[in-house]
Amino acid sequence: MNLDDTLNSSHAYTFWKWFSRRHQPEKGRIVLVQRRVYVLPTRHGISFALALLLMLVGSINYNLSLGYILTFLLAGMAIVSILHTFRNMAYLIVSGGKTDAVFAGDMAYFDLHVENQRDDMRHAIHAVCEDQRQSANFPGWHVSILRIPVRTARRGWLQLPRVTLETFYPLGMFRAWSYVRPELRALIYPKPDHSPLPLPRPRADNGDAVSTGIGADDFSGLRSYQPSDSPRHIAWKAVARSESMVTKSFLGRASQELILDWGDLPDTLDIEARLSRLTRWVLLAREAGLKYALNIPGAHLELDGGDKHFERCLEALALYEPGQH
Amino acid sequence: MNPASINLPLANLLALFAGLALAASPHTERLPWWVNGWLALFFSLRIWIATGPRRLPHRAWLVVLAIGGAIGVFLTYRTIFGRDAGVTLLVLLMSLKLLELKVMRDIFVVVYLAYFLALTNFFYSQTMPTAALMLVTVLLISASLVSFNDTSRRLADSLRTAAILLLQASPVMLLLFFLFPRMPGPLWGLPQDAFAGVTGLSDSMTPGTLSNLSQSDAIAFRAKFTGNPPSRRGLYWRGPVFWDFDGKTWRSGFSRLNNDYQLDASGQPFDYEMTLEPHNRNWLFALDLPARIPPQARMTQDYQLLSLPQVRTRSRYLLRSYPQYRASAGAEARDLAIALRLPRNGNPRARALAEQWRANAGTGPDSNAAVVRQGIEFFRNSRFEYTLTPPLLGENTVDEFVFDSKRGFCEHFSSAFAFMMRAANVPARIVTGYQGGELNPVDGYMEIRQADAHAWSEVWSGNDGWLRVDPTALAVPLRVDSGLAAAVPQNSNLPLLMRVDAEWMRSLRFNWNALANKWNQWVLGYNFDRQREMLTLFGMESPDWRSLAILLFWSTAAVIGLTALWLLGRWRRDDPVQRAWTDFCRKLARTGIQRGPGEGPVDFGNRAESALPQRAGIIAAVVALYVQLRYGRDAAQPQARRLRKLVRQFRP
Repeated sequence: MNLDDTLNSSHAYTFWKWFSRRHQPEKGRIVLVQRRVYVLPTRHGISFALALLLMLVGSINYNLSLGYILTFLLAGMAIVSILHTFRNMAYLIVSGGKTDAVFAGDMAYFDLHVENQRDDMRHAIHAVCEDQRQSANFPGWHVSILRIPVRTARRGWLQLPRVTLETFYPLGMFRAWSYVRPELRALIYPKPDHSPLPLPRPRADNGDAVSTGIGADDFSGLRSYQPSDSPRHIAWKAVARSESMVTKSFLGRASQELILDWGDLPDTLDIEARLSRLTRWVLLAREAGLKYALNIPGAHLELDGGDKHFERCLEALALYEPGQH
Repeated sequence: MNPASINLPLANLLALFAGLALAASPHTERLPWWVNGWLALFFSLRIWIATGPRRLPHRAWLVVLAIGGAIGVFLTYRTIFGRDAGVTLLVLLMSLKLLELKVMRDIFVVVYLAYFLALTNFFYSQTMPTAALMLVTVLLISASLVSFNDTSRRLADSLRTAAILLLQASPVMLLLFFLFPRMPGPLWGLPQDAFAGVTGLSDSMTPGTLSNLSQSDAIAFRAKFTGNPPSRRGLYWRGPVFWDFDGKTWRSGFSRLNNDYQLDASGQPFDYEMTLEPHNRNWLFALDLPARIPPQARMTQDYQLLSLPQVRTRSRYLLRSYPQYRASAGAEARDLAIALRLPRNGNPRARALAEQWRANAGTGPDSNAAVVRQGIEFFRNSRFEYTLTPPLLGENTVDEFVFDSKRGFCEHFSSAFAFMMRAANVPARIVTGYQGGELNPVDGYMEIRQADAHAWSEVWSGNDGWLRVDPTALAVPLRVDSGLAAAVPQNSNLPLLMRVDAEWMRSLRFNWNALANKWNQWVLGYNFDRQREMLTLFGMESPDWRSLAILLFWSTAAVIGLTALWLLGRWRRDDPVQRAWTDFCRKLARTGIQRGPGEGPVDFGNRAESALPQRAGIIAAVVALYVQLRYGRDAAQPQARRLRKLVRQFRP
């Protein structure tokens, strides 16, 4: 291999490194250093240049000294505005914030923390992510939160897609932009379908159709609060009186325990439809204040209620991977 | 691309409209009445729409209005091209575009139109007030453009940003202005109306031509003498010469060029530089008579200095003139015959008097001089009155002026004298130009105004050539000795700046004129020649456009680079809170209290407090503020300021 080949391949390698790096999510604080900020004229900038050319030709032909001055002043203003546009974008510091889990088909919101380490305000910065556009001003020495909405389609982890930060300030003749892709992901639950809650099924282990277990139908008394209790069962009036947390306990005539099992679903449903159905059931069970267990290949969640359980169930459904079981 | 559709806040719209109105305001006095009405109507309509949620008119209406406007312009000017019609059309279209203002693109179109409209004002006036007005206009328009790019700001902030942009643009502007290669002439022909309305001398003289000029204090030209200027009575600035008289009007006739011009002169010469205001004619003015003529200029047989192209830009030329000379050119038989021609009839009394002078003088070789002497005596002794408002004259203008009204302006005097000389068989002609001038003590330039316009006569004396006889000076010596204002009665309708009495106004005026002259010399008169002159000062002998372009490129790049350093170099500064804290730690370190590498601010503060108990209060305050600013929920500006102040005052 001769020297040229080596050089070429190394260039290609450098390019590939650069290219792939740009498309990987970045960890930590992303500083928009000078070489990450690009500037090009907009359509309006180009038409302004044409207008200036026209003014210059007029000034030359009529020998208008003040015409020259006006034309050159405006040209200087446009040129200086490149610096201002660039400066309005450069050295912003972007890092990922929090996200909330949502159901597929809803909007997921990603919080970006944008830090402006300068005295002056950054004006009219637009954040474009897929088809969504946000616009904000970032005051000096302040960390602002920019909330990026993203349309969701599939369950599972959703990495924040590439966000284009752009600005046209002050004159709109130039566009400064930069791409950021902080490592920030949101959990997307399966989209629930519209099925009703299934009839309660006796638990396989005890086979008893009539249970006197703890249910949610009839009020039976108060007991002390446990962290997994649903907030809607807390006896708020009693709490207000006694200043200690108490939970209302209920007695169920029939079994108030629901086993949501992958195997109970008809075979005609495909995997995603099963997940949707189960998600729907988990939602309904929580709404009804029932205790429920979830059995899917790869995840077995025991009979329980409460927010933690609910989230664990939905997470298991969201992250179900078919091939592994 | 920009988000196409934005909301258009009322304040921003009003700023844009105000900028447009300013750009159009100097035009309103020149625009036809219906266009002014149109402007007022559509501006108020647009503001009315903007003040409420009202709908803009349908596009079809605008098309109809635009066609109607164009037809109106054509009917008014008989063309839609050219300077005046073009400006009118621009104003009309701009006002229609206002009714189409919906998205960002429309804003840009209107802003560009407004800049262009500001430029068109310079077709008519390039004075300092116009320039100042247009600067304000451009500032306002740019501020409105800024405000549309961040609609959340207050207008005052946008104005500040626009002012900063324009300030930072000015070095680039200056470089481009002085270094951009200038062309010696226009790129293509100028429209017919490009120089309409320029005042100055005309190519004919009727009673009233010059007295009309005397109402104008516009500067005709300036002269800068290298030595002492001649006395006021020697300041005869020669212009057009008239030969043909039809009883009322004097016209130029045909002047031949004198291709090998030589002046038979003697005495001390005067060297001076002329700065001539454009007057759209070929005449160049010179103190009579110049010995050498500038390049691009020609001398005629009757000593008119002509520029080959018409004087359409302010032009500068150097001259050397001699006060004593013998003007013997233009005296061939046919010239002298023309200089004796008179209308067949009219003015019998003047003719009779002239024939009497001829009879007294006889027909000897010196008889012409004897006739002229009698004429001079007559004008000196006839108690003529010099006035800006002479009575209207009938058929026999000369008779009525000389024998009846005896009141007139210089055109009456010179016309009557030349007529009578011709009637007495002495060849005579009329010379117009300017007489006098005022030395501006501020910058040493002599200013000659339109009101100094003058007419005198020249007679053929035989051996001594053409001799100047100024009948006005004979009858009213004050006109030549002290100027127009002294010669006419006090209550005459003189231009304000020509009056002698207002002393403070004169000094104000001298300062203003000196400034205006600088403006003319360096801003408006900065042309092809001046650019070469200036580059020579910097050691560039006859640069071509290529080396100019290279110089321009690099100097502009350097200026922009400096601006960029200044603008962008400041971002590496730390957080002011961090800076204050570092200063605080450094001050403590000087007294021996070093912050450990892993020591938190609270621990460090406690240690410092116990080491410096007398400063415990201030140390606790600084640490508390720092902790609050760094780790607290709401870090606000006032607390940061307080922290900086405390640290600055802190003496351990």
